[in-house]
Amino acid sequence: MKNRSLVSIDDINREEILDLLKRARYFEEHPNLNVLQGKVVATLFFEPSTRTRLSFETAVNRLGGRIIGFSDANTSSSAKGETLKDTIKMVSNYVDLIVMRHYLEGAARYASEITDIPVINAGDGANQHPSQTMLDLYSIYKTQGTLENLTITMVGDLKYGRTVHSLLMAMRYFNPTFNFVSCDELKMPVEYKEICDKYGIRYTEHTDFTPEVINSTDILYMTRVQRERFTDIMEYEKVKNLYTLRNNMLLDARPNLRVLHPLPRITEIDQDVDDNPKAYYFEQARNGLFARQAIICRALGIDPENIN
Amino acid sequence: MKKELAVAALRNGTVIDHIPSHVLFKVVELLDLQHMKTGVTIGNNLDSNRMGTKGIIKIADIFFPETILNRIAIIAPGAVINIIKDFEVVEKRPVELPEEIIGIIRCGNPKCITNNEPMKTRFEVIDEGQVAVKCHYCGKTVPSSEAHLK
Repeated sequence: MKNRSLVSIDDINREEILDLLKRARYFEEHPNLNVLQGKVVATLFFEPSTRTRLSFETAVNRLGGRIIGFSDANTSSSAKGETLKDTIKMVSNYVDLIVMRHYLEGAARYASEITDIPVINAGDGANQHPSQTMLDLYSIYKTQGTLENLTITMVGDLKYGRTVHSLLMAMRYFNPTFNFVSCDELKMPVEYKEICDKYGIRYTEHTDFTPEVINSTDILYMTRVQRERFTDIMEYEKVKNLYTLRNNMLLDARPNLRVLHPLPRITEIDQDVDDNPKAYYFEQARNGLFARQAIICRALGIDPENIN
Repeated sequence: MKKELAVAALRNGTVIDHIPSHVLFKVVELLDLQHMKTGVTIGNNLDSNRMGTKGIIKIADIFFPETILNRIAIIAPGAVINIIKDFEVVEKRPVELPEEIIGIIRCGNPKCITNNEPMKTRFEVIDEGQVAVKCHYCGKTVPSSEAHLK
């Protein structure tokens, strides 16, 4: 059987992305389906991530599956020095699917190679977090009605932010236009701009977060600028408020514009934006449930529309 | 003027020529020449018209499999292999980049799973102008000249 693990968003092509979006929409219409009855899913969180774990576990529960696992490596045998390989081999004896989060980069890829059970990567260090990307894509698809030909403005930490990198990689199939807004220290890395060039994707770079940029945008993707990313604290103090979105900046925005943010947000979106109908970040998190239901069913080879 | 041989001629064996001086000892390490029992001659910082200075390695009576020799291309893509039989060069060819490297080098990312788990490393070789190696696990990409041998 084809391995249906999902380790990186780069592992799936355009058709598979669209197929997952279609499934996510089906789950949004039918969130409670008994398609995982008799299935056991392991959620192995070698590093805590409450938001992601609750979302995956809710997805399994609403589909009628059962869950085993741990939410912190301190409560698992890896605290005793067991290798990842041995933990994965052991758990593979018990379950139908592994959802794992790990602080080491590449852990999920390795896990997927040492077991026949499908593995879903729920984040491996600073590397990949494909279910986050799928929920971003589903949010874009839902709010814009398409993924094609959209203008996406990414703001904040474009250097270290894995969500913007993965989103860029996934959107390369859909002829986007990107605006990259960040300070010089946190600019989009050259390798991703080279990918844009390779795929003929238009992009502009800005250090100023201006209404002109916002007004040409369909999706405004905000990210958090973290203090620990700066070598020079003075530089952080200088730029930390330059990339904050305020409600009055959205006055002349396109009617279809939506503001996305992977959360948690700190100061980069002012509270006064929350009541604007263009603010979409809370619904975005909710879409994670449906995106994850879709990913889980794909991993298990279950087509929810063909179950009697 | 007669060209002097900087390193003695070889009767049978393998000569690896045109190694950039700064990676010569990495090649020595890569081929594990420290543990060779046959004659090994190493020359470095020799004059080269093409490269300024170069290194050269001669290994008597040893003929490496192609897959081993091609590993040299990771750190010295311009190196040239000469196979010597009875003082004659019977084969001369540049090293060829493998598509994938398993083991041999380690990932430079301390948070990579390969540096924290007893397992083999795996790298994809990217040849776009400058040769680079990309970790199959964490995705970190470095110029091959900066790759660390295990």
